[in-house]
Amino acid sequence: MRNFAMRTFLLLSSFYCFLLSGYLLADSLASYRQGTVITEEAEAPTIPKVLNEDIKRGRAYPMQPPTIPHKIDAYQVDMRANKCLSCHSRKRTEDSQAPMISVTHYMDREGNFLADVSPRRYFCNQCHVPQLNTEPVVSSDFVDVDTLLKSD
Amino acid sequence: MKNWLKRYWSIANKPSVHFSLIFLTLGGFIAGIIFWGAFNTAMEFTNTETFCTGCHEMRDNVYQELQQTIHYSNRSGVRAKCSDCHVPHDWTSKMARKMAASKEVWGKIFGTISTREKFLEKRRELAEHEWARFKANDSLECRNCHNFEFMDFTRQSKRAVDMHSTALASGEKTCIDCHKGIAHELPDMAGVDGW
Repeated sequence: MRNFAMRTFLLLSSFYCFLLSGYLLADSLASYRQGTVITEEAEAPTIPKVLNEDIKRGRAYPMQPPTIPHKIDAYQVDMRANKCLSCHSRKRTEDSQAPMISVTHYMDREGNFLADVSPRRYFCNQCHVPQLNTEPVVSSDFVDVDTLLKSD
Repeated sequence: MKNWLKRYWSIANKPSVHFSLIFLTLGGFIAGIIFWGAFNTAMEFTNTETFCTGCHEMRDNVYQELQQTIHYSNRSGVRAKCSDCHVPHDWTSKMARKMAASKEVWGKIFGTISTREKFLEKRRELAEHEWARFKANDSLECRNCHNFEFMDFTRQSKRAVDMHSTALASGEKTCIDCHKGIAHELPDMAGVDGW
């Protein structure tokens, strides 16, 4: 009997602690709801414009996949067609004058060259993305390697 | 059969006995108007979206895809319906297209693309028909709205200017050469020129 009372007390007190912590954290926790209560719907932020200026952007580190300097609205990239490759593939760059996807895209994981784009590199958007005309949601303290070397 | 034809020809060949000339001329004129009006109204109806999406083949495949694109929903609210791109506006070409479309009635009756699988299987062939049609008439249906004369290159992106001011301006290429799949999903593009 005493054991039961003890257990009930522990359970209730832990539950109370849980509720209390939730209450205390509610103000400090950042969430997508931005503090809007669950019963209300906040006004959605406007959708920023995609940057479409066709100017190559710098890369933060040598292996960084270049960002896309143009719109890619409704570009079809699937088993049937790849809109990106219709300009950026080896066969198409002469006509399109677009930069060719790097040679690494034609290599398998052992480094052997293939006749066409490697299936593992086929889905462009896995690494390459357009940029939006907006402030970053999360700040970054990334430092370029050259800046890092100079700082010594 | 020959006698039967002869008999009717002799009746048609003789002047009317019971009806006056004015009745026949005016009656013919009015009947003509009614026939022509009805004919055109019926044909206009086959150009509507309600008609096109009346069959599940169009409603569940191509119409769904169109709804995702800029030709259906955009900032200014100007939109293209099926016939704007798939039926010529000019009367004789329109008649020719409508007659060719009787093949689609055949397809509907025999269920050529009655399932999604059948449709995907046939998609490349169907797409090639449309590409060939656009190529042959210099993308006429695009140009009904997108007039090259009034294109402002300064309002286009650099890539667009590069292409439009060279290949399109010289007539070497036409809209469909680069803008395939602008309003619907693409079929398997293996072996298509420019892909």
